[in-house]
Amino acid sequence: MATLFLRRLLSSAVLLIAVASVAFFLTDIGGIDPGRGILGANATQAQVTAMNHQLGVDRPVVSQFADWIGAAAHGNLGDSFGSKRSVVSELQERLPVTLSLVLCSLLFTALLSLALALFAVAGRRWADKVVQVVALIGQILPAYLLALGLLAFLAVKFGLFPVFGYVHLGDSVSGWVRSIALPVVALTLGGVAGCALQARGSLMDVLSSDYIRTLRSRGLGSRSLLLRHGLRNAASAWLTSLSLSFVAVLGGSFMVEKVFAMPGLGTLAVEATTTADRPVIMGLVVITGAVVILVNLLTDMLQLWLIPKARPA
Amino acid sequence: MSESVELATTNEEWDSSSTLRSLLRNPLACVGLALMLLVLGALVAAIVIGWVSPHAAITGDLRNTRAPVGTAGHLLGTDLAGRDVLLRVIVATRATMFSALLALVVAIGLGVPAGLVAGYYGRWIDLALDWIASLVMSLPALVLLMAIITSLGTSMWITMTSLGAMMAPSVFRLVRSQVIAVRRELYIDAAIVSGLHDARILTRHVLRVVRGPLILMVSLLAAAAVMVQTGLDFIGLGDPSTITWGGMLNEGFAGMSADPYLFAWPGLAMSITIAAFLLVANGTRDALQAHERPETGRRQRSEAHTLEVVSGAGGAEPSVPPEALLAVRNLTVAYPSATGLNDVVRGATLELTRGSTLGLVGESGSGKTQTAFAVLDLLPPNAEVLSGEIWLDGVDLLRLGRKQRERRVREAIAYVPQEPMSNLDPAFTIGYQLTEPLRHRGASRRAARERSAELLRHMGIDSPERVMKAYPHQISGGMAQRVLIAGAVSLEPRILIADEPTTALDVTVQCDILDLLRRLQDEFDMSVLLVTHNLGVVADLCSDVSVMRAGRVVESAPVLDFFARPRHEYSRKLLESVPDENQIRPAYRDADEIDSPAERGLR
Repeated sequence: MATLFLRRLLSSAVLLIAVASVAFFLTDIGGIDPGRGILGANATQAQVTAMNHQLGVDRPVVSQFADWIGAAAHGNLGDSFGSKRSVVSELQERLPVTLSLVLCSLLFTALLSLALALFAVAGRRWADKVVQVVALIGQILPAYLLALGLLAFLAVKFGLFPVFGYVHLGDSVSGWVRSIALPVVALTLGGVAGCALQARGSLMDVLSSDYIRTLRSRGLGSRSLLLRHGLRNAASAWLTSLSLSFVAVLGGSFMVEKVFAMPGLGTLAVEATTTADRPVIMGLVVITGAVVILVNLLTDMLQLWLIPKARPA
Repeated sequence: MSESVELATTNEEWDSSSTLRSLLRNPLACVGLALMLLVLGALVAAIVIGWVSPHAAITGDLRNTRAPVGTAGHLLGTDLAGRDVLLRVIVATRATMFSALLALVVAIGLGVPAGLVAGYYGRWIDLALDWIASLVMSLPALVLLMAIITSLGTSMWITMTSLGAMMAPSVFRLVRSQVIAVRRELYIDAAIVSGLHDARILTRHVLRVVRGPLILMVSLLAAAAVMVQTGLDFIGLGDPSTITWGGMLNEGFAGMSADPYLFAWPGLAMSITIAAFLLVANGTRDALQAHERPETGRRQRSEAHTLEVVSGAGGAEPSVPPEALLAVRNLTVAYPSATGLNDVVRGATLELTRGSTLGLVGESGSGKTQTAFAVLDLLPPNAEVLSGEIWLDGVDLLRLGRKQRERRVREAIAYVPQEPMSNLDPAFTIGYQLTEPLRHRGASRRAARERSAELLRHMGIDSPERVMKAYPHQISGGMAQRVLIAGAVSLEPRILIADEPTTALDVTVQCDILDLLRRLQDEFDMSVLLVTHNLGVVADLCSDVSVMRAGRVVESAPVLDFFARPRHEYSRKLLESVPDENQIRPAYRDADEIDSPAERGLR
């Protein structure tokens, strides 16, 4: 088990390097012109060229990449072209905001999707229909649209929640909860829909399986069949969809942050993209890539625990 | 050969007309199709408007800003620059739909050929392409799109082409898996033998099969493309020169303090589009699943009426003889199907007397197992018992409430299934699965473990402690069947219902299991109902026989009478079709005749 984990960890690291390399060359396929973004539209071409030279982006892309990855290996992701601050400290400042949104949303997604799936499977026929309709609505409304709706109704019209901004957990717990409540709700619905449908489907498959019938013949009640054998066997498909919705929520948070003007990775990403701030873009690639790869690794290891058959002999 | 080829083709091929028909029967799918028509209508309108008056949607009347919904000439009002909202929503359909289309074309154009090639040729091409696909799938798509936009700008063409490339692996995986599945089918081999060219095999057979699932995938990807495109426009990474719903959302968001609901219209338009794609996708999926699922009970109704029943079920009010421990009377079980109720058991009647072993024989699909499940109270939830009686200990189980019935059945009857491997929960150890029912009945943890170990040893398992620690995939089929029998007898039942307990096992193991069943019947003083299609097993083990055909018991007799004087025509046919010990199946006999002279020569 430990060797398997180490091997996976190693291949995750290789994958992260691959992702970073691909991204770096993508930022250069059509050339990169951060000078224009920094100096503005009124600067002369000579000034822009000089700025680009100063930033070093006129050098061959391979040598730029070699410098970048060499520094990155030592934990230095360079300085932002725009703010001149170190990318690592920029990310450190923004990461808690995005992680607050994503992790809270993931927690609710996990709990709600399981509850809905159990309700659909164990309840009556109308319960199943209700869950399916809820799931459909969740799939139709992208997080940013729902966020706009929540903002217009609850924050702007009724003033129940702060319109924008983020309160750090360390500063005020209740302020933190209030500031992330609406974004988390917006981010959660879509994930709940997907995961609940997946969990419902696999629970139904499991419950109609041969071994459930055999266990039933031995006098086990519906409750223990559903909660013990059903959930345990449906869990792996549910976990897979949960890890997929994690990636979706991370992407969605970039857009939801804009709606609620939260200083997270998403707002940073939009600024960096429009100003061709490559060090920041690359920092974002590394951090989101690492988080996604880590989640996939964690999912795989949990799968081994859930599916005895997948464990190494 | 030709027959099986044809069968495979008809089963596997995606029949477009029947899928479309079941799509139209699904109300939600119809809503989806209607919404799709609405979106397509808006698209056509957008193209016409763009052609007739290209500036209508971008020029506003600054004297008429923020006109409310329902204003004459401006059905949805005007925005902050005095532009007509409805007109802009319609015109934006074009950019959004073309974006989605572009992404889809790229995804399909890359994914389908790659999937066909990888699935069909396999080996290193498959490995290489699959590795690329998994690499692309593990990339955080949004951030990569941002990296591309950093360099190439916000052109819709570039962004959507890139998005399509990132979606291609999903299409690739789908096509590849379908091709691999089809390749395993006989008819492709037949096509190769008959000299069809590779490319023709791929296009004619494989693309036909993959069509349905591909429509499902494409609809889902289209919905995703609309979401991503609109989202990018909304956060300001879209093409500023085109009118899009995302751009309108952005304007609505920026002007929220002036007019909080401007964002609602483009939002609604986008939701309708996504809903159209998703509903059509769901409908397609349901239609495909309905197509895959074979209907239960495929026999014609008329056939049953021509059957003449020799004994038992003929009488009007059959009485239950006192020596019968279990008696089934006129049992009818049906499943709902597209054409109404489909009965799989039609008035079955049988009796199990104390201490006897009743063999329930018949070909597959004759309703044996369904009858057994009805007695065991294990029918699936959609099954309906339409009529009949099931007498246990002088009580008609079907007249009891669910709880009462369950209590009586579980206390008296145990079940040994057909397929040992699929009847053990793969996620729990053998020991857990054996002890759980005992603990459910109040045994202590320790007592349950000791009892289970003892039973396993009794089943001929040498190291029960090791087996109990194992998971189902770690033991053999024969071992698994012993575990299941141990589980069944652990509850000290008076009746054991075994459904084809040896069919899935190796021949050598079959004998052991039959011996075990015989021994246990004596030791535990059980009556046994043995469901089987094997008359050899019946002759070996049973004291009585009931023959089922097309949902009815056509003959019931003591085993000796049955083999000596089968009364029903069908029983005679069954007996004739059994190869006796002297008569080897033709195929083997032929092989023998060819081999044996040589063998004799060697000796």
